[in-house]
Amino acid sequence: MNDMRLLQRTQGMNDIKIQANGVDVFYADNHAIKDVSVEIEDKTVTAFIGPSGCGKSTFLRCLNRMNDTIDICKVTGDILLDGEDIYDPKVDPVQLRAKVGMVFQKPNPFPKSIYDNVAYGPRIHGLAKNKAELDEIIEKSLRRGAIWDEVKDRLKQPGTGLSGGQQQRLCIARAIATEPEVLLMDEPCSALDPIATAQVEELIDELKQNYSVVIVTHSMQQAARVSQKTAFFHLGSLVEYGETGKIFTNPEDSRTESYITGRIG
Amino acid sequence: MPIFWLITGVLAIACIGYVLGHRRAMASAGGNLRRLHSLPSYYGLNVVLKSIVPALGLTILWLLLQPIFVSNAVSGMIPDNEIPFGSSRGLVMTEVVRTAKGLNQAVAAGEITEATAQNRNTSVDDLTDALKSAGAVVTSTLTAPVMTAAQAYREVSRKGYLGMSALVLLVATVGALWALRETHPDFRARNVVEQGIRALLIGAASIAVLTTLGIVLSLIFNTVEFFRLYPASDFFFGLEWAPSFSGRGGASQLGVIPLLWGTFYISIVALVVAVPVGLFAAIYLSEYATPTTRAIAKPLLEILAGIPTIVYGLFALLTVGPLLVSVFGAGGALGVNWQGGGRAVMTAGLVMGIMLIPFVSSLSDDIINAVPQALRDGSYGLGATQSETIKQVVLPAALPGIVGAILLAASRAIGETMIVVLGAGAAARLDLNPFEAMTTVTAKIVSQLTGDSDFASPEALVAFALGMTLFVLTLILNVVALYIVRTYREQYD
Ligand SMILES: Nc1ncnc2c1ncn2[C@@H]1O[C@H](COP(=O)(O)OP(=O)(O)O)[C@@H](O)[C@H]1O
Ligand SMILES: [Mg+2]
Repeated sequence: MNDMRLLQRTQGMNDIKIQANGVDVFYADNHAIKDVSVEIEDKTVTAFIGPSGCGKSTFLRCLNRMNDTIDICKVTGDILLDGEDIYDPKVDPVQLRAKVGMVFQKPNPFPKSIYDNVAYGPRIHGLAKNKAELDEIIEKSLRRGAIWDEVKDRLKQPGTGLSGGQQQRLCIARAIATEPEVLLMDEPCSALDPIATAQVEELIDELKQNYSVVIVTHSMQQAARVSQKTAFFHLGSLVEYGETGKIFTNPEDSRTESYITGRIG
Repeated sequence: MPIFWLITGVLAIACIGYVLGHRRAMASAGGNLRRLHSLPSYYGLNVVLKSIVPALGLTILWLLLQPIFVSNAVSGMIPDNEIPFGSSRGLVMTEVVRTAKGLNQAVAAGEITEATAQNRNTSVDDLTDALKSAGAVVTSTLTAPVMTAAQAYREVSRKGYLGMSALVLLVATVGALWALRETHPDFRARNVVEQGIRALLIGAASIAVLTTLGIVLSLIFNTVEFFRLYPASDFFFGLEWAPSFSGRGGASQLGVIPLLWGTFYISIVALVVAVPVGLFAAIYLSEYATPTTRAIAKPLLEILAGIPTIVYGLFALLTVGPLLVSVFGAGGALGVNWQGGGRAVMTAGLVMGIMLIPFVSSLSDDIINAVPQALRDGSYGLGATQSETIKQVVLPAALPGIVGAILLAASRAIGETMIVVLGAGAAARLDLNPFEAMTTVTAKIVSQLTGDSDFASPEALVAFALGMTLFVLTLILNVVALYIVRTYREQYD
């Protein structure tokens, strides 16, 4: 691990935000994640790549305990957020998810107004004392989501009426409004056209100044463009993890190389 | 049963036709199936279609038209002076037809021989006696000319039926032969059969549509007829429902308002029971229950929907009514005296509510399940709890559909009859006390038409106006409900 850090592309070192040790995930009898250990840094974009079905989404969903909503899913091993085990019985998954936000593959704005979509998290968690404060949070989140200028005149209109790319940025703004520390994104651009994708990628790049961002992506170009660290999964195992530059130019494992050169799909 | 034998005959011709058509097709192809345009069974079916369809069509047409022609032919036999004062030729003809049927009955019962029944010289008294002992209806107006006319009616009818049988069998045979002649390898029997099936399906669909249309038209005509006898404004705005059965239309008060009030009051009580319980049950089943619980509970709940409403009515009358009286009645558990008898708005409303629970819950369950999982995930991903997610995301998203489901339930409540008859009583009353007996539009339709009534009096015809009112109300509710449900569906496709 230390050797890799020497090759770090970005200047300076960041703290470890999430640390996973020997994580296994089972869907009933299906062993979906096999003994994965990984350290995710703060203020960094980490990309998960790998062929579909290799467990990227499953592992991502372990990080904010979204797997709890699936009855048959069992998670073992340790996942530490700022050194605290998130699977500890003392931890309330609901509160955890406020700290570890999530953006999904398909934009899923609620059938409410744009304003109410973004206000959803702050209202639930009581982040605003009054209307003015809430307005402020919403404007700030929408600006951070790079969509303020497009929607500032139509905050009362339904979020479902926006275009796909706008909807996804709205969902990102919605996630930001809860003031999470980590933002998990599961293929956030797979339903978007190239222009919207570029907008979202630009946004991700800005977000890393404040958050630890973990992004699952199918596109290796995207991983190379937006991430500093890349983890390559294959058949439920973490095959290789390191600097994005190194993974893409000089992978250590032959499976990583095969995937990157297009031989495993 | 001549018609039965006639149809058997036509079917026999069709069967033979099928076999012949099948054989002929095979033979014409020299035993080589590939030379045939269609499979041999299609050639057989072609023969069947062409023999059955025209034959049965002719039978139906003939059966519909013959009575009209025969009546026309026979009615000339009745001299004008035989028509009693205040009666009409039509009424006398009804008598003739009835007598003719009575004679058939007498012959079938063995009271007289066929020859005696046909013989014009048999005395009217003998025939009348035979009719009486055969149990047929005999009125004082059964005079000699009527009896003669009845005999003539039978005679002409018998000839008509004979002619029909012969003609129908002929048509069936000609159709079969025609189809057999067509049978050669290039004939597109498959396409012909396809069109035949299409026509059959169109026929079924048009019967469904036409009967609905017919029912609506008869409602409209009778309602118009009613409004000719009774002023529409009194009907729609009258505050009193007090029909008299003396036959003097003027004495009746036929205001619909007390009945509508009863209908709405009972329906509202029912909805107040059914909507929360049904909705909560649906939320539990779709959001909280494990798959096993759901697999057991959902069918159980839906069994409630399969219970005939008369059983609910019994439940209301025998269980819920007395129970309510023991609580709200004089000397009851609460020490109040609100409820006099078991039959009350409350009784019927509660039981109707129970009846509607599965209806509301199973519709709402489907609608809640149709809310995309992605929305729930989005909410959980923001740190919302399950009940917050349901309250703030799932239910608002499902709301239009749920409103639709409630409107559909309301229209069922408005149309419900048996529970009201047994649970709410028959007193039309404008009252606010829910422990008072009241009645509804449907229950009154039943009571206006049961028992001896003259179907031309306003007291009987009002049933159609009531039916029309109900029909329009439920139609509006259903249209609004379906509209809401459909707009909702489009949202998530
Ligand atoms: N909800 C689920 N129930 C059962 N099995 C699942 C579920 N989600 C994913 N899996 C299984 O887990 C494995 C990994 O899936 P996933 O994490 O979605 O892969 P990826 O996101 O890399 O394409 C697959 O074999 C998949 O079939
Ligand atoms: Mg995935």
